[in-house]
Amino acid sequence: MWKTFVAWFHRMGSPKWFYEISGRWIPWFAAAAVLLIAVGTVWGLAFAPADYQQGNSFRIIYIHVPAAILAQSIFFLMAIAGGIGLIWKMKVADMVAKSCAPFGATMTFIALFTGAIWGKPTWGAWWVWDARLTSMLILLFLYFGVIALQSAFDSKQSAARASAILSLVGIVNIPIIKYSVEWWNTLHQPATFKLTEKPAMPAEMWMPLLVMVVGFYCLFAVILMLRTRNEILEREKRTHWVQGLLSKES
Amino acid sequence: MMNDATPRLAQKKQHIIRREEGMQVSSWHAFTGTLKRDLLLVFRRRSDVVNPLLFFSIAVTLFPLGISPEPDFLAQIAAGVLWVSALLATLLSLDSLFQQDMADGSLEQLVISPHPLAVMVLAKVLVHWLVTGLPLTLLAPMLAVMMFLPEEGYSTLFLTLLLGTPTLSLVGAIGAALTVGLRRTGVLMTLLILPLYIPVLIFGTGAVVSAVNGMAVAGHLAIMGAMLMTALVMAPLAAGAALRISLNG
Amino acid sequence: MQELLSGQNLACERDDRLLFSKLDFKLHCGEVLQIAGPNGSGKTSLLRILAGLLPDFDGTLFFQGKPVQSDSDHFRENLLFIGHQPGIKLNLTPEENLRWYQSLYHPADTDQIYQALAQVKLTGFEDVPCYTLSAGQHRRVALARLFLHAAPLWILDEPFTAIDQGGVKEIEQLIADHAQQGGSVILTTHHNLSLPVELNVIQLGQSHQSETEQA
Repeated sequence: MWKTFVAWFHRMGSPKWFYEISGRWIPWFAAAAVLLIAVGTVWGLAFAPADYQQGNSFRIIYIHVPAAILAQSIFFLMAIAGGIGLIWKMKVADMVAKSCAPFGATMTFIALFTGAIWGKPTWGAWWVWDARLTSMLILLFLYFGVIALQSAFDSKQSAARASAILSLVGIVNIPIIKYSVEWWNTLHQPATFKLTEKPAMPAEMWMPLLVMVVGFYCLFAVILMLRTRNEILEREKRTHWVQGLLSKES
Repeated sequence: MMNDATPRLAQKKQHIIRREEGMQVSSWHAFTGTLKRDLLLVFRRRSDVVNPLLFFSIAVTLFPLGISPEPDFLAQIAAGVLWVSALLATLLSLDSLFQQDMADGSLEQLVISPHPLAVMVLAKVLVHWLVTGLPLTLLAPMLAVMMFLPEEGYSTLFLTLLLGTPTLSLVGAIGAALTVGLRRTGVLMTLLILPLYIPVLIFGTGAVVSAVNGMAVAGHLAIMGAMLMTALVMAPLAAGAALRISLNG
Repeated sequence: MQELLSGQNLACERDDRLLFSKLDFKLHCGEVLQIAGPNGSGKTSLLRILAGLLPDFDGTLFFQGKPVQSDSDHFRENLLFIGHQPGIKLNLTPEENLRWYQSLYHPADTDQIYQALAQVKLTGFEDVPCYTLSAGQHRRVALARLFLHAAPLWILDEPFTAIDQGGVKEIEQLIADHAQQGGSVILTTHHNLSLPVELNVIQLGQSHQSETEQA
């Protein structure tokens, strides 16, 4: 069991293997993403019941919540991949970590943006210093830091390692930041109406949400693989197998 | 010469003896050696110590000028203003923490010395705190007078800065180490580190506000102490790893 | 002679450029190894790899027959490295600079520092700030470390930079003495070395693939 895992882990580390296997997986994930997001959107927007308090404006959670969940899990994945790259010097892990950052930042931005749109009818203001929104904003800053650090280094290897350290430091800090922001929030505006924590969401409401979340994950998987494949081609362009691919293409 | 043509076995034994005698002691020795050298360097360039303090004072002065000199109003924002200014003063002074050592080659010597790099980083951070964080903490009560901070908040302000500024120096050292090898740093380091400072800021100001309102602050101080301990253990390791990368170019 | 440092199948790539590959070498006690080659051929990179400052390389390094990573503290205790930058603080005096260096390896001993400074002809300059000294004198302060830390392996990057002719002779003598006492030296220099001991040369950047040859 352990042995097969180790063997798999090492094969994962080979850019060529990753390139080939991801080429086979991408169509499946892409199909799943399109299907799930389409079903989730239609279901959520047209068939799920309106909220008794917020009316139809609540339907934005079908984008807001998946984006917010992804924003956090992508940061987590980025740090894990960076750590693997740092410890086992695995090139593919470095490339995965690098490919995570822009999409994660986009998701964070979408979560903030949809939060603001939602905030207008709900709170009567585009921006409220709500604990979740504030944490998201700080997460966006962390993503920007990682992206800025990545682009500041000339050497790709150093860029990957430095941003891996920063994302690991970030991952240690995120729980502390979340906790402190929540504590700060209760101090300044006790018990406001929370966006996503409905006491009990009926199944007709959360089922489409679940479909959307899974759909977003599939979308992320597709984009991650596409970006990593690009990165592999770019960095391995002088190896035989990439040269072979290129001559086949042309 | 210690290593002439002695047979390998004998040499190995000699080496093991040397390590048993010395490794722990000598890392401590290297720590104090680096500490003394950096303190001496600061002493030779005393004017550098004053700059963060001046920055702190000027930044605090801007708030009454920019917002309102009304005592009641200033009293409300005093804790936040003092903390934000102290935080920025620390951050700006950290930018050059490893720069000199990188430029003159003594960083290489630290890295190839047979001591954990984290210990050497800790020595440098300690010097930084002694010449920046500690003076800021001592100066803060004076500026608090100008900001009309209510009397009940003074001791807490002092204690939170005493616990918080070392955390700021430690966490900031990671950013300084990550960016020291870059030709154009600009505000990059600030961008990396400021988000990580937010918890310290929240609990630091939160404690002062609580104290002013007559509430207990022990919990806040305990959390700040825990953050300091976490930073003390983890930041030198992260900064050490970052320095090795920066040396790599 | 006992083997001190050796490398197997070393290769290094910097910024998408292959500096060298399939490089093998063995350095025994008492040997001097010069790394030669034109500018940009990877001399400094190789030195930094050997000193453990550059982890990005393929291949394995052995110290006294064991992989360096297996006991890197042991390796670093036995290494003395002087890089491009001498590691001298301009605001400190030569004595204070060396005191710090000494603290990394040995207990404090002021007499030893004064002796080392005398050896590199800096008597009388112990107590003046280094910014008043010339570039050659800075290098001499750095070279004074050779007398402070009794490491068998010296790695010197361009030790003759900014040193006058008389100084070059002294340093050559120093290297020869070290080798004759069983120590080993790896260095780069553009200067034509005249040493009484055998000089091994690694020539970098001749063709795409570098070769090891004996001079």
